[in-house]
Amino acid sequence: MENELTSLSTIFTEFYYWVTVVFMFLIHVGFCVYEVGVSRRKNHMHTLMKNTMLVPLVTITFYMFGWWIYFAFPNGPFIIGDLIAAPWATPWSELMGTHMGGAPASVALSADDTASWARINGVFWAAFLLFSWTAASIVSGACIERIRSNAFWIFAVLIGSVMWIIDAAWGWHPDGWMVQKLGYHDAYASGVIHAIAGGFALGILVVLGPRIGKFRPDGSARQIAQQNPWFTTVGLFLIYTGFWGFYAACNVPIIDVQQGDGVFFSATNIYLAPTTLSAITFNFLMSLAGGMMAGYIVSKGNAFWTYSSGLAGIIAASAGNDLYHPVQAMLIGAAGVVFMYNLHHWVEKKFKIDDAVSAVAVHGYAGFFGVCVAGFMLWGYPSSPNADYAVITPWGQFAGAIIMFWVLGFAPAFLVAKLLAKLDVLRIPAQIELVGLDISQEIEAEEAAKDVIGAERDKARAIGID
Amino acid sequence: MSTADFQDFTGNMTEIGPMYPFVGWEWLLTLLCFVFWIAWHFWQIRIENREFKEEADKYVSKEVLDRVYKREEADPGV
Repeated sequence: MENELTSLSTIFTEFYYWVTVVFMFLIHVGFCVYEVGVSRRKNHMHTLMKNTMLVPLVTITFYMFGWWIYFAFPNGPFIIGDLIAAPWATPWSELMGTHMGGAPASVALSADDTASWARINGVFWAAFLLFSWTAASIVSGACIERIRSNAFWIFAVLIGSVMWIIDAAWGWHPDGWMVQKLGYHDAYASGVIHAIAGGFALGILVVLGPRIGKFRPDGSARQIAQQNPWFTTVGLFLIYTGFWGFYAACNVPIIDVQQGDGVFFSATNIYLAPTTLSAITFNFLMSLAGGMMAGYIVSKGNAFWTYSSGLAGIIAASAGNDLYHPVQAMLIGAAGVVFMYNLHHWVEKKFKIDDAVSAVAVHGYAGFFGVCVAGFMLWGYPSSPNADYAVITPWGQFAGAIIMFWVLGFAPAFLVAKLLAKLDVLRIPAQIELVGLDISQEIEAEEAAKDVIGAERDKARAIGID
Repeated sequence: MSTADFQDFTGNMTEIGPMYPFVGWEWLLTLLCFVFWIAWHFWQIRIENREFKEEADKYVSKEVLDRVYKREEADPGV
């Protein structure tokens, strides 16, 4: 970096993404706390560790192949073109490590590659990685208390380091084939993260089955109560907080967006179309408000559903939150919540789906809804700064929502779940489900406590307190 | 002997590229990362299977179940 302006904008961009990553870490803290709050005491520790260990597993696999997929797959590959070379994103690239941006050591890289990517690659990779954790963590909550941890971790890698990043290459890359051909627009990931994760969770749940006792013989659902409402409250507020970082991370903070002569610096959305942090702050909060208000009404003041509806409200408006008016964002958030709440209860009753945290509804149905609504609200808008790409349409968005929820979400999860079930490694044994996953830890803890109490009693007797 | 790909920080900074040790051996690091990942899953699957078997043999009984249910009845959640 040879002049102050280039240095400032580059290091500002580097710092900007770094801050978003720290914020987004709170999403995962929130998911861990929330899942423990929803699970029963006999399953707390396994529930916590199931979610926690997706962090390292998705991290190392996203390093090995997830990041490369994003840059290599925008054409499908073989839908509208071939694999695209991305030498800065392969795990053996020198740019996937500590690098000053000077002359490349590898002949696969040019001086332009190293100058462009040395300071951005790590933080940009991390921002996408945190999206990956989120996608996997959404799935985690749906299948608590009966899925084997190992089975879940295979699913976590599949959604976190493969499926969602394929959809990002297709519909969230400035040159993704869905953007080019369908005019797909999903600025803050209604479909790209939430619909796919919801569909993926549903694909697992269909095969995994409900928790023992969830449904009565007549098919009606029993309420498996939350063990700790305060944990669920804190968890969901932490997810709200991390969601701010998520929104900021979906933007490019500063680039010249003026085509042709002249210069005009702005933040952009992920498609490199201009937007502002101010716009998305209006819309984030107004869609949160619309979701919470609708959730409170439809659930008759249920705290769990009201908090979850805040998330669903944001998710329902996210596809177009770079462009909506704040009141539109609020109304779309509210409508999305009414849609997902009613659909959740209908699906639960009709198909006996036990979604322990309503992840399929809050993320999947609200995300699907959000992608489709953006097709009507933003009908005719350019999907990207490239004038040759398709404009936004209801049918392009509907096709995109189907691809996200069913093709890249539900289908692979369903197939892998079937395979794991056939190998008998999907669900925990029934007797363990009944006594709880933490049974050995609980009994060991009780025995340890008795041992300590015995020693203290001996001491008490020795000093005459008995 | 030096594991670095550059000599010092006093020269032309635009000539400094990768800064980690053993530049040129990235393929081996990738392979180690892949093996560590796959091996971890296999180890963990074996550990989980063994744990379930031991817990089923050792702890699953009517008395333990009664104790679990008693606790859930006493603290049903909300």
